[in-house]
Amino acid sequence: MSPDPLVEIRDLNFAYDNRAILTGINMTIPRGKVVAIMGLSGCGKTTTLRLIGGQLRPTSGAVRVAGQVVHELDETGLYQLRRRMGMLFQFGALFTDMSVYDNVAFQMREHTDLPEELIHDLVLMKLHAVGLRGAHHLMPAELSGGMARRVALARAISLDPMLMMYDEPFAGLDPISLSIVGELIRKLNDALGISSIVVTHDVQESLKIVDYVYFVSAGKIVAEGTAEDIKHSREPFVHQFVWGEVDGPVNFHYPAQPYRQELHEQPARPSGWWS
Amino acid sequence: MTDRIWRLGFASRFMLMTLLYSGTALKRFQLTMREIYFTGVLSLIIILVSGLFVGMVLGLQGYDTLQRYGSSEALGILVALSLVRELGPVVAALLFASRAGSAITAEIGLMKATEQLSAMEMMAVNPIARVVAPRFWAGVISMPLLAALFSAMGVLGGYVVGVQLIGVDEGSFWSQMQAAVDFRQDILNGVIKSFVFGVIVSWIAVFEGYDADPTAEGVSRATTRTVVTSSLAILAADFVLTAFMFRGI
Amino acid sequence: MNRAVIDLWVGFFVALGLAALLFLALKVGNLSSTDVGQTYNLQAHFDNIGGLKVRAPVKSAGVVVGRVGEIRFDPETYTAKVAMQIDTRYQFPRDTFATINTSGLLGEQYVGFEVGGDPDMLKSGEVIKKTQSAMVLEKLISQFMFSKAAEDEVKK
Repeated sequence: MSPDPLVEIRDLNFAYDNRAILTGINMTIPRGKVVAIMGLSGCGKTTTLRLIGGQLRPTSGAVRVAGQVVHELDETGLYQLRRRMGMLFQFGALFTDMSVYDNVAFQMREHTDLPEELIHDLVLMKLHAVGLRGAHHLMPAELSGGMARRVALARAISLDPMLMMYDEPFAGLDPISLSIVGELIRKLNDALGISSIVVTHDVQESLKIVDYVYFVSAGKIVAEGTAEDIKHSREPFVHQFVWGEVDGPVNFHYPAQPYRQELHEQPARPSGWWS
Repeated sequence: MTDRIWRLGFASRFMLMTLLYSGTALKRFQLTMREIYFTGVLSLIIILVSGLFVGMVLGLQGYDTLQRYGSSEALGILVALSLVRELGPVVAALLFASRAGSAITAEIGLMKATEQLSAMEMMAVNPIARVVAPRFWAGVISMPLLAALFSAMGVLGGYVVGVQLIGVDEGSFWSQMQAAVDFRQDILNGVIKSFVFGVIVSWIAVFEGYDADPTAEGVSRATTRTVVTSSLAILAADFVLTAFMFRGI
Repeated sequence: MNRAVIDLWVGFFVALGLAALLFLALKVGNLSSTDVGQTYNLQAHFDNIGGLKVRAPVKSAGVVVGRVGEIRFDPETYTAKVAMQIDTRYQFPRDTFATINTSGLLGEQYVGFEVGGDPDMLKSGEVIKKTQSAMVLEKLISQFMFSKAAEDEVKK
């Protein structure tokens, strides 16, 4: 792939209190591409994003963003780096005590000394890009899920980041909002010349827009490839995941004792006054 | 038990960080002003009304006791001293903890549960500087003012009941009060108490919010903990402060 | 919520709170009468201070003229050394008589100054020579009993 990737993850391990979440992750996010990280719920996808954003420290290994090792940065360095990253949270994470306009203006007011008139124009431009210029006066509580996601997207790109991270951007959206958000991710990536990481379990929607896919299962990368590769993959797990089959390497049943044995076992009788 | 100690350690470190990152809250005072509105101004009604009633009750009860010894003119002293030294700072702080402290915890806890704090961090804005510190300082600033208002309303309530309703002599009510209540000894110490309570309540409220489990249940538990912990802490601190301030007087 | 409205309310709140403090200080407390202005130090030795406390008032002719600053036991003379802060507006002659009195039967104790006729005034840091100790109720009663008994002796 490209010689100078934007994000490079090498031999990354991460554990919460001795419980391994990620083991031996290697990933490369080239500039200008949209890369998806797919996997079941709770397999460590979101953790990967937080490691890239420096909100968590790896147990071992390293994440490099634009040549800098994230966990070796001091606070100032980390905040400098984060200004060039945008992150879209699962449910938008809009500031509920501010209007849509103030949400998008938040970073400009925090990090720049731009005059209010210029901020006004920039905010409307960002909102226009996600098609919600008309909603600038609303409060987050008045938005639908899809609209909130788009406002959050406008907020995330307000300082023109070099890297966008999307945490489950498709979760809980109706089909129309789903396509809109998918479209936006691709369009913004290409129009602004940024790189994007999409963490998702929505296979069909994301395969339409991404360039490259990593499959994560139980904290390991089990498969990777372009969208086409993935669709035609023979790997049992990937096949089951992509086509949404009920049974396969991932069992329908939660681990339990053998069915027969459990039914025949005499349960301990509850001792009550009637027995 | 180790869990408790761990939490205390974390809370102390959190307090230190809040103080360390207070620059933004003080430089951009507009942020703190907004929180003073939510914690201080919106607590006004409950503080004023409670103060008035507490003062009126003190007037009634105090008169009933004092007139047995034929010293009902000392009603002013009784009302003023109990309010300024104890009831004003303590009751105002208890009301403040349940009115404003719980609101602060719930707000910060919900911001955490809905990933707003995380989002802020990813936008390179420190949530302790931007969210926690303004709320902390707003509480610290509001508390002494609210306690003073509570005491003043209480004295007025005692005056209304004692002088206007029961008919204690107005002149001796005020003059005895003024002779007995010392500015430094009583009033200033009361203000110091309420300042300390303000620090305690605000600290507990912002910490519990920040430390809440990011779920609906976690936030509701944290809110309860704020009210319970800060009430106990207020009463315990009151004992310690009183022991220091009024020792040997 | 509009910025200006918030500012207005917060301003109103702070003004109200400060007004309450002022009310407490002036109307409820005694800030207006004493404890303002400069003070100077006087000292006095008492054989027994009874229940005198730090910050008790110092009165002359019933008017508060200062406060007790510090009470210490003097190991050389075995007396109580009382330091007082007196308002600089008031000067007292060298032969002023300091007594420890009780307001009412059970009230608080204070230092009373009975003014003499010396033309020289006491200066800061000086010691009042003439003092009278506190009345201790038990002593008083035992004295009374003793003299009563003595009278009875004489009568017999």
